[in-house]
Amino acid sequence: MQDHLIVLQDLRMVFGDGYEALKGVNLYIDQNEFLTLLGPSGCGKTTTLRIVGGFEKPTSGDVLYRGKSIVNLPPYRRNINTVFQRYALFPHMNVAQNISFGPDMRKEDRQKTARRVLEMLELVNLSGFEKRSVKTLSGGQQQRVAIARALINKPDVLLLDEPLGALDLKLRKEMQGELKRIQVESGITFLYVTHDQEEALTMSDTVVVMRGGEIQQIGTPQDIYNEPKNAFVADFIGESNIYAGTMVKDKRAIFLGCEFNCVDKGFGQNVPIDVVLRPEDVKLKPAEAGIDGAPQGTVLSTLFKGVHYEMRVLVGEDVVLVHSTHAREPGAEVLVTVAPSDIHIMHKSDYVRENDEEEEGLM
Amino acid sequence: MMRLLKRSYMSLIMLFLYAPIVLLIVFSFNAGRSRGLWGGFSLHWYAELLRDQQILTALRNTLVIGLSAAAISTVIGGLGAIGLYQLRRKGLRQAMLSLANLPMLNSEIVTGVSLLMLYAAMRMELGFVTLLLSHVAFCIPYVVLSVLPKLRQLDPHLAEAAQDLGATPFKAFCRVILPDIMPGVFSGFLLAFTLSIDDFVISLFTTGPGVTNLSITIFSMARRGISPKLNALSAVIFVVVLTLLIIINLPNFKQQNKKTRKEIPI
Amino acid sequence: MRSRGLLLPFGLWLVIFILIPLGLVVYYGVTVEAPVPYTQIELADGTVAYQLEDGTVSQWPPHQTQASFSLDNFRRLADEMYLRLLWRSLYIAFVTTVICLLLGYPISMILTSKGFKHRNLLLMLIILPMWMNFLLRTYAWMSLLEKTGLINQLLMALGRERPIIFLGEGAVILGMVYNFLPFMVLPLYSVMEKIDHSQLDAAADLGANPRKAFWRITLPFSLPGVLEGITMVFVPSVTAFVISQLLGSGKVPLVGDIIHQQFTRANDWHFGAAMSLLVMVIVLAFMYAINRADPEEKGQKEVRIW
Repeated sequence: MQDHLIVLQDLRMVFGDGYEALKGVNLYIDQNEFLTLLGPSGCGKTTTLRIVGGFEKPTSGDVLYRGKSIVNLPPYRRNINTVFQRYALFPHMNVAQNISFGPDMRKEDRQKTARRVLEMLELVNLSGFEKRSVKTLSGGQQQRVAIARALINKPDVLLLDEPLGALDLKLRKEMQGELKRIQVESGITFLYVTHDQEEALTMSDTVVVMRGGEIQQIGTPQDIYNEPKNAFVADFIGESNIYAGTMVKDKRAIFLGCEFNCVDKGFGQNVPIDVVLRPEDVKLKPAEAGIDGAPQGTVLSTLFKGVHYEMRVLVGEDVVLVHSTHAREPGAEVLVTVAPSDIHIMHKSDYVRENDEEEEGLM
Repeated sequence: MMRLLKRSYMSLIMLFLYAPIVLLIVFSFNAGRSRGLWGGFSLHWYAELLRDQQILTALRNTLVIGLSAAAISTVIGGLGAIGLYQLRRKGLRQAMLSLANLPMLNSEIVTGVSLLMLYAAMRMELGFVTLLLSHVAFCIPYVVLSVLPKLRQLDPHLAEAAQDLGATPFKAFCRVILPDIMPGVFSGFLLAFTLSIDDFVISLFTTGPGVTNLSITIFSMARRGISPKLNALSAVIFVVVLTLLIIINLPNFKQQNKKTRKEIPI
Repeated sequence: MRSRGLLLPFGLWLVIFILIPLGLVVYYGVTVEAPVPYTQIELADGTVAYQLEDGTVSQWPPHQTQASFSLDNFRRLADEMYLRLLWRSLYIAFVTTVICLLLGYPISMILTSKGFKHRNLLLMLIILPMWMNFLLRTYAWMSLLEKTGLINQLLMALGRERPIIFLGEGAVILGMVYNFLPFMVLPLYSVMEKIDHSQLDAAADLGANPRKAFWRITLPFSLPGVLEGITMVFVPSVTAFVISQLLGSGKVPLVGDIIHQQFTRANDWHFGAAMSLLVMVIVLAFMYAINRADPEEKGQKEVRIW
């Protein structure tokens, strides 16, 4: 325990209206880690962040900071700073006044603070903006001021609540790189909240996928992407094919009406499972190839997506999504093949696909 | 043709609005007591006005009550608006707001009656205190009404951001929230002040013997019939109001002029 | 972080100055003052005494009164005299509102019409009298219309023998229109100001003549302003009571005057409370009806966060 920077112990949160935002969250965050809470709105990621920041008190559970409980500490006594969703810059102050707010509150030496402000502006590439009113800044610039305002306090942890949500796509890409650079340069632990899986996978050291107030999976971006623990994670992380199937025995699974070789074991015999196939892992072969045990289907549609073709293949009653650089004519009969190591077997979960996730959340 | 019609209509409306006031002011300079016949120019009634102890006391009461009621209601209403804004339970907040707005929706006479009953039930002697309390009471919702929109325009995380950066809740309020809602607080104060000095109905119900404000004095004088002194008082009030309005609106007018000037070349 | 303390004074004010007074009005409205009930008894020594219900005995008949529940106040309101009074108040308020609308609508249209100069100046001139105490505004008309007022003096100087009696219902309505006209113009103006003139151009482009454009575009667009203006004129008109005293020379008492009387001359608070309740119900019902009629208001409510 002592070596982790922050430990969340069995956090539960029930709001006044009876809404259960967190149902027992356990998590630890290490020094210098870039950890991302990922999930759809209403999954509890923002609530978790706000509890760490001190803006909410959990209904039960504890937050340990270097081994000590800080759950009763108000935000202004925590050495943790936050970049808010819409930045929450102080509109009546200029850029420099905003950034020096924290040091001023601690009554630090004015001249030293002024120097630090310039350093911070340089770090976020905003040199020369110190006298500007924050109201005249663009979204991206406001974002940088918000980061500088937090970082000048040398926090141990920086909390970022969907900080790129309000930016347009191009700026968002740019800021992703920028944020990662700032994190590496400053060596500060980042706790990042987003619903954008791509953002999570590109920047993070660790991704925590959440759903309905519970953690679904914790792992490196590679783990999360390649070895999703259940159908929800697989679906949320990227476009994928998810099928109900049966584990016949170790390394043998039935789905799409055929029996496949796979690499997973330890599920037992004749156990219902979910199978995930990434679209780029599915290979189509002409029907004439005559491969034993490969399901046969009909190409429904073919779309050119720039880098690859996206094809939908009807196999029995299921549709298989395929990404390939090699196009097939719609109507063509094809065989669907997957390498055993690309078949991801998961325990059956209650997750039903389609748009069952409510978009309404506590936001 | 259309333009002529518009102009003459507006002129008639202006005549309707201002003829009585202008005549009132003109006759305040009448030397004679008769209000119909011009007896020569004189400042006699203004001198009388300055000598009238009742009016001067009423004026003082009006100003003292106006300023104190505005100050007290601004504090209570301003803090209340912030409290309401922070209130999580939507139902409670809505209920409190609706209840607070009731005096504004309700007619003044009902408010006056209900306050009178309150003081009677509390065995309070009607007078300066009850008058002041009533003015505070009916000004509060207007203050809330002018502060709340400013709060709603704020980034909801502003106070949290300040605390995040090490400000105690009190400091966060003083340094971040207050400066941003100040225009709303100020206009709430002004509104409360004007409502208070203009109020008649509620004052009439909640004041006691011997304590009057300007409105009540005007009423009792007007009921006794026409008095040139009242004309003089009207003229003074009109000029004061006009001056204040011009001062307050001066920045606006300048801006508007600039705007129109810019529009002309197009 | 969230301090409940901020709400404390506000909450106290809500309870003490709104809830309790309102409760008191209701309480007074549904009670009447009656002498304490007692029975006459004969004491052992043969003298007559008076016994209250709680058993206390006194030598004299009790002079205290007590409030008891009764709907008598409301029964009294149903009396023809009061019904006529109520009817007159509603009628005068209605006529005032209609006149204000008829005068105010063209004013707002002219003010917001394309290329109208001095718009801000004229708007300020219309609002300006509102900042003057309404008693003085009413007094200004009184000094014109009185039997010995300016107009009559002028007429008599021109050879008329007897003054015309202006004061009465007509003068009361005039006074109300004069006082409340700005309340009608303001909401109308603020709505019409937002009418996009390109919409009118588009209508003309699509073949609508100015009259049709008015009926199809300007009028529907200005409806919320019309409704708000009606509320802002009608509500104070129904309960106005001083204007009728100054300009009606006591001949046209309105509901407000009678309520005021109950607390001064008549000293019957219970009846006054009942009448206040009636006025309150009328006003709130009227506002509810207006709110329902306003399509925009309903739409707003759905998206309103508060």
